[in-house]
Amino acid sequence: MVTRTAEGRQETAASFAPAPTVPYAIELKGISKSFGPVQANKNIAIKVAKGTIHGIIGENGAGKSTLMSILYGFYKADSGVIEIDGKRVNITDSSSAIAAGIGMVFQHFKLVENFTVLENIILGAEDGPLLRPSLSKARKLLRELSDEYELSVDPDALVENLSVGHQQRVEILKALYRQADILILDEPTGVLTPAEADHLFRILEGLKTQGKTIILITHKLREIMEVTDNVSVMRRGEMVATVKTADSSAEELAELMVGRKVLLQVEKTPAVPQDVVLDIKGLRVVDGHGVERLRGIDLHLRAGEILGIAGVAGNGQTELLEVLGGYMAASGEILMQGAPLDLSGDASDGQTRRARGIAHVPEDRHDEGLILDFPAWENVCFGYHGDPKYQKNALFMDHKAIRDDAKGKIERFDIRPANCDTPAKSFSGGNQQKIVLAREIEREPALLLIGQPTRGVDIGAIEFIHQQIVALRDRGAAILLVSVELDEIMSLSDRIAVMFDGRIMGEKLPQETNERELGLMMAGMSTPQKDA
Amino acid sequence: MSKMPKWADTILIPLFSILLAFFFSGLVIFAIGKDPFNAIMVMIDGAFGSTGGLGYTLYYATNFIFTGLSVAVAYHAGLFNIGSEGQAMLGGLGVALVCLFIPFGHWTIALPVAVIGAALFGGLWALIPAYLQAKRGSHIVITTIMFNFIASALIGYLLTRVLKVPGAMSSETARFPESTHLPTFHEMLAPLGIMFNKNAPANLAFVVALVACVFFWWLIWRTRLGYQIRAYGQSESAAKYAGISPSRIIIITMMISGALAGLMAINNVMGEAERLIDNAVEGAGFIGIAVALMGRNHPVGIILASILFGFLYQGGAELALWEGIPRELVVVIQALVILFTGALDNMVRMPLERLFVALKRKEG
Amino acid sequence: MDYLTILQILDSTVRLATPLLLTCLAGLFSERAGIVDIGLEGKLLGAAFLAGAVAYVTGNIWLGTLAGIGASVLLSLLHGVASITFRGDQLISGVAINFLAAGLTVVIGQAWFKLGGRTPSLPREARFGDITLPFADQIADVPLIGPLYAELLSGHTALTYVALAAVPLSWWVLYRTRFGLRLRAVGENPGAVDTAGISVVKLRYQAILIAGVLCGLGGSFLASLAAGFVKDMSAGRGYIALAALIFAKWKPYPALGATLLFGLLEAIGNRYQSIKLGDITIPVQLMQALPYILTVVILAGFIGKAIPPRAGGQAYVKER
Repeated sequence: MVTRTAEGRQETAASFAPAPTVPYAIELKGISKSFGPVQANKNIAIKVAKGTIHGIIGENGAGKSTLMSILYGFYKADSGVIEIDGKRVNITDSSSAIAAGIGMVFQHFKLVENFTVLENIILGAEDGPLLRPSLSKARKLLRELSDEYELSVDPDALVENLSVGHQQRVEILKALYRQADILILDEPTGVLTPAEADHLFRILEGLKTQGKTIILITHKLREIMEVTDNVSVMRRGEMVATVKTADSSAEELAELMVGRKVLLQVEKTPAVPQDVVLDIKGLRVVDGHGVERLRGIDLHLRAGEILGIAGVAGNGQTELLEVLGGYMAASGEILMQGAPLDLSGDASDGQTRRARGIAHVPEDRHDEGLILDFPAWENVCFGYHGDPKYQKNALFMDHKAIRDDAKGKIERFDIRPANCDTPAKSFSGGNQQKIVLAREIEREPALLLIGQPTRGVDIGAIEFIHQQIVALRDRGAAILLVSVELDEIMSLSDRIAVMFDGRIMGEKLPQETNERELGLMMAGMSTPQKDA
Repeated sequence: MSKMPKWADTILIPLFSILLAFFFSGLVIFAIGKDPFNAIMVMIDGAFGSTGGLGYTLYYATNFIFTGLSVAVAYHAGLFNIGSEGQAMLGGLGVALVCLFIPFGHWTIALPVAVIGAALFGGLWALIPAYLQAKRGSHIVITTIMFNFIASALIGYLLTRVLKVPGAMSSETARFPESTHLPTFHEMLAPLGIMFNKNAPANLAFVVALVACVFFWWLIWRTRLGYQIRAYGQSESAAKYAGISPSRIIIITMMISGALAGLMAINNVMGEAERLIDNAVEGAGFIGIAVALMGRNHPVGIILASILFGFLYQGGAELALWEGIPRELVVVIQALVILFTGALDNMVRMPLERLFVALKRKEG
Repeated sequence: MDYLTILQILDSTVRLATPLLLTCLAGLFSERAGIVDIGLEGKLLGAAFLAGAVAYVTGNIWLGTLAGIGASVLLSLLHGVASITFRGDQLISGVAINFLAAGLTVVIGQAWFKLGGRTPSLPREARFGDITLPFADQIADVPLIGPLYAELLSGHTALTYVALAAVPLSWWVLYRTRFGLRLRAVGENPGAVDTAGISVVKLRYQAILIAGVLCGLGGSFLASLAAGFVKDMSAGRGYIALAALIFAKWKPYPALGATLLFGLLEAIGNRYQSIKLGDITIPVQLMQALPYILTVVILAGFIGKAIPPRAGGQAYVKER
């Protein structure tokens, strides 16, 4: 494990600094931003040279998006200075960011879907009260731009009829129409096919040669290595290094990105895998926009083992869990204990899945796992509210039985405050997660789906939650663990599969791999070794 | 973490909103050159000062309890049912058909059948908007508004063409047979030695309303269905995770909502008019919105809010009689209650939340 | 049915469609900006009242119209404060506005004129006069075209012509101007407008103010047509306009068509108590209910889907 020292950072930063007479396109000094108790950005400093492509890389929650939102006027920094072309600017909202020459391509496009391309481009940048002159001017400029940068789009097409790649071009054109000199792209390839991504990179190269400055936010190392001149690495709200891409390597960046984490020790004996419980073959999911979210997943899972799915968020893990949980339609085949599960979404839902012995701790306990306004005891039977043991008779639920069950769970899982009437929203993150976990684990399921088990959970509860997961495995359950925390995957899993872009990049055994290798796979770089 | 204690949320905020509503109502009375304090005394005396007044107050309140429950049950599922008005009209039709065409020996037999008729007609009238929302995504607020007008036209047609007594002047059905007559408060209380005004319209339906409140409470907080309704109303994504079918909940909840609105007819059609007249609902369905908002969708709150609005209705009639202030003043108050407890909730809530945060900080 | 009868029915169709059209266009501006407006009924009523009252007091319908617009704009602003500034529920706010207008008009009207909530009858000179189009009298005797021109096209009040002119004007504003582009955008995706550096709040307030003015005109027309204000005189026209708006799929020219259709239904309903088509008698109530039934059918997507502005009904909260 290599961690860069403060001195090392300054050295590398200084080594490629251009002559001082040319001001930086962007210089951020001491930017800090907190959301309540969470510090999203800590004293960030970054210099972006004019006419370069500058990558910013980091895991989920590293603070990349917050930083860019500050630059585009969506949030106001608690402290710090923004300089554009050597001049201090005060960015209070999007219009002042635009005035400062900044253009932003958001991850979720900010386009009016039933407007034409031209209408979207001139929106907010019209020349006068009438549209016609603006439209013809935009049409002319659009032709020039499309010739110059391979940015061809049909100006009169409705945005909703365009492919995602073309929609993104519209976003870039919007920025160029506003004469942006600095273009920020937030995870631009997340929704693109590889061919579309390559096209995008050619566009970016073209823009660079015209003297534009580009900031590329991504978690994909391949892109960083391919197109950037310099790269800054963020980790846990801090800027840990800025290096010249050519002087670095994917391996080094992966390490910087993941960092040396305190490996949580989970006491567990080697797994004793039994029969195959879950067998997934060729699983595919296409979302409402026609984008393929799962592109043919093959996985199997045995009783008595934990299969960890590593990956940066948004690479298909959520869809995998939802398909297994019964509330997303898919194609392909899933055998549960040898018998197929309904994937059409017609004859199946969360209830039928539960009846098949599948328990599910969802990734987002606020949106899915809990009804926040319900007291703890009502959450204890959520999803199992039809269980006969919670019913008094055909009509009424047995509140006493549910409350007794809740009290038992509160005691066994040490949930605090130990009051089953407290609404779920008033528990801390760790205790909320324990409520969900107690509910699902105590069903003694044949298969437990568990997503982000310790997201937003305090350290004390993490260890307990991990112990419970291992204990369930030792009682013979099959466990599918999805987590973006690599160390969690490393310490809990008996086998690790890495997901990237809707595919399984490969499987590894935890004792035979390391964070560097997994980090590369998570960033879409396949390893030369044969998959385990 | 919630910024305010629960009691502030359930009691303080509604109280504040109502005070604001009454303050502005007082301003209106003042502006038209009357004395607000005198007005309120007249209203209290008129609504509670005699068993006659009380009988009217409780009669109106009975209507509002039904429609308030109707709006509230939909609200628990996150649905805004503006159609209680039309559903109550159809409930009236159900009651009229039962009472006119099925011979009953005694009201004790007529009542349960009329209850079924009212609930069935009201529920079915809500079924179409519910189905369209659940299966075709048509916005239930708009469709229920449309269905109010369609109901009004339908009842109008039936009363002028089909159910009208031949030769009669007014568009109304024949009078129901004597055997369907529900006991009034006067008849109910006389055997107990309590004298209640003979002409006051309050009747047994008040008891039916209270039973409906108990039913509502059981349904929402005691049954598995109620559990699913509340869960869906709080979070559609969580409901899907738990395997609760949104379209099933929408349809069932709306039918219950329509049935509760339909039951209002037990009071105004069977208990009071004893025939079906045109425009029998008189806007009670809309008052249900105010009642549910004010009563925080809980039966106890709804009973209290209904009595308050019953008081306003009866007191308002007295104001019109003695002070020359039109009854529509009540509509103004109703609007202000909806405005402050509903649309301007954030305006009342935000300063109070800030106050509680500041207090907490002081303590901490 | 002879030619003249048809013309007379069509003439009253135009008359009856006028307030519907103005109100429908009001709703169009509001809803295209993402503010659902079920308070149209209330604004129409409030405007009718103040227009009637001021026209009576001053003897001038134009001053009355100005007052009617004022009343409607005030109610619009209340809707804005609740639903834009305080991000309250637009539906509930609209319901409140309808009741507020229904109550206040009678309470104030009674205190003002002591006629049980009515205003005194407007004398002829305090109402909109019929405008005779050029040569109407001269060509009235020409067969077919003459009566068509003189009876149907000529002889309406100024506001009818204003309403008809408002249709192409609205279309032009919405589709040909910067303001229209932004207004449509804010109803579809306020995030796009916000990131383009335009204030969502300001745009939406502008939209509801336009809605207020148009509703004000509609209400004033009603007051003039009925020669004064009577309690609940809008009689559901705000809701019919809302239905027409959905029927027209939130577009100006179809709005004209929808309101004329609904106006025609009302005109026929006013003239005949029932209509015989062969053996089937269509009751007047069916004619009254038809606008609503048609709207439900449209909403259900059985005849083409009515897709409302995507951001309608939601308060805008800045987020990434």
